[in-house]
Amino acid sequence: MKNSKALCIAVASGKGGTGKTTVATSLALSLTPQENVLFLDCDVEAPNGHLFLRPRIEAEKKAVILIPRIDVEKCLTCGKCVEVCQFHALAEIGKSIMIFPQLCHGCGSCAWHCPSKAIKEIKNPIGVLEAGLALKGIRFAHGILTISEPMATPIIRQLKKWQKTETGSVIIQDAPPGASCSVVETLRGADFALLVSEPTPFGLHDLKQVLDILKEMNIPGGVIINRDGIGDFQVDQFLKQNHIPIMMRIPYSTEIASAVAAGKTLLDVSSNYGLEFKTLFSQIKKRVMENETC
Amino acid sequence: MLNQANPIKQLVILSGKGGTGKTSISAAIADLARDSKNKINTVLIDADVDAANLSLVLQPQQSETYEFWGGSVAEIEKSKCIGCDLCKLLCRYDAVFPYADGSNSYFIDPIACDGCAACVYSCASEAIRMVQQKEGNWFHSKTVYGDLFHAELFPGKENSGKLVTLIKQHARLWAQDTQASLIVVDGPPGIGCPVISACAGADLGLIVTEPSVAGIHDLQRILSLLQHFKIPVVVCINKSDIYPKGKEKIRQFSSDYKIDILGEIPYDKHIIQAMVQGRPVTREYPNAPSSKVIQEIWNKLVCRLTKC
Repeated sequence: MKNSKALCIAVASGKGGTGKTTVATSLALSLTPQENVLFLDCDVEAPNGHLFLRPRIEAEKKAVILIPRIDVEKCLTCGKCVEVCQFHALAEIGKSIMIFPQLCHGCGSCAWHCPSKAIKEIKNPIGVLEAGLALKGIRFAHGILTISEPMATPIIRQLKKWQKTETGSVIIQDAPPGASCSVVETLRGADFALLVSEPTPFGLHDLKQVLDILKEMNIPGGVIINRDGIGDFQVDQFLKQNHIPIMMRIPYSTEIASAVAAGKTLLDVSSNYGLEFKTLFSQIKKRVMENETC
Repeated sequence: MLNQANPIKQLVILSGKGGTGKTSISAAIADLARDSKNKINTVLIDADVDAANLSLVLQPQQSETYEFWGGSVAEIEKSKCIGCDLCKLLCRYDAVFPYADGSNSYFIDPIACDGCAACVYSCASEAIRMVQQKEGNWFHSKTVYGDLFHAELFPGKENSGKLVTLIKQHARLWAQDTQASLIVVDGPPGIGCPVISACAGADLGLIVTEPSVAGIHDLQRILSLLQHFKIPVVVCINKSDIYPKGKEKIRQFSSDYKIDILGEIPYDKHIIQAMVQGRPVTREYPNAPSSKVIQEIWNKLVCRLTKC
């Protein structure tokens, strides 16, 4: 709410497969039609939100990074571009400059610093952005990283800038697993982070990683324990000791596991979840307001 | 049988979707390799450096710790900054912000900075420098299952692919020095940069999938990646009984693409119980339904690795 007029909730977890997408899609479905929801699937390496929200894709845009192209007529082979590039995407080989597009971060430094203005930047597609209306009128968009392209973060950055949001709308961002730069990019600018964990040693270890990111980025967060009842009590104990709120518990049941496997959300399993997620949402709103006033 | 006269084989375990059971199966494989009749000298790598869990199961007895110095981020010396705005204009990562104290100078958000140094080279007053970041630690650990190379990328850092490559290099050297015949790489989820690093040089990819719409979707993506790099692939289905229709789909898909399914592991509580105990399931519960299937998978893997 701080910088934009929409409320942005990011759903992350650390460990993969704890139920991020299940929670994010169920939350989105619970809030519509009362709220104007934009769902952004930021797991561009393995996007799954569309399998549950079933958007009809109406808009498409290439996700690109700008890579250098050298005008050999103008190039003096002075090596300045090679010098300024921090990612070894340019190399001087004999009397010419070679470009390695997959190493390029698209920063534009080489073009800016070329003394003979021999470098032009061209668009190099690394993925695609798609958008459309999904179930219950949810506005949906996701990014898809092209196979064999290494960099997910620029696609997430472009995805977040792509769709316009209106005042008072709610953005739900489904994060990738892990705790590296792509998770940070998803969390940037979020008003609240909903962390989905499972009560196992792996779940706890990876949850701690994401909690550290939240602390560093100063984003308020709460935890949902999914598959409650499997594993042990260490996640509970840890959260209690560190005064981190548990906002919801979803029990392990074969019914839920099979439903999610079939592409259903928690609302298909039980209509009670609709109410639970609405309550969760009002708690989140309250926490965000408190965070902004202090 | 894998033996020392042959070059070292590298098996990488991947999934696309997270949470399908890569690490539990990697740990079980580590246990079976050590335990098989002809013990296979194995070096283990946890290539999921930002959510590293293999050591939680393999429980190292001792570890040597090394620092990982990754990329650099830009830093502005406030007293030298003349507030010309050029760095802010050039930065494509929205990392440059003005100080709120009215000093007409700027600072760089280290989390947002990509480390491109465009600002450093353009600053007329030479107020900006690059500061290398310690981005994590990596470890060479001794476990009863073999030497384990693993790492902890500090939360939120970049260069996970670089760190994966680094520990793989050390692991390979160690494997050569100790005449190991197999390297097992427990890979990260996804298909991006650390996954590509995890795959490099692999002789065989084992994809651990699950019969869910998400699992199948991501199976297709990781499979395309491995095919792109011309790495032979086999599949195993974990939690195989949670959605019969999904299992049929994977079988159909695998047969269409002529990929062998080495085993179907039923949903089995013993896997999580073993994880809680910090032991591979095959060691803690050798007679559990999952352990029996993983044993079969392992036998077939040995066969495949010998051929490839």
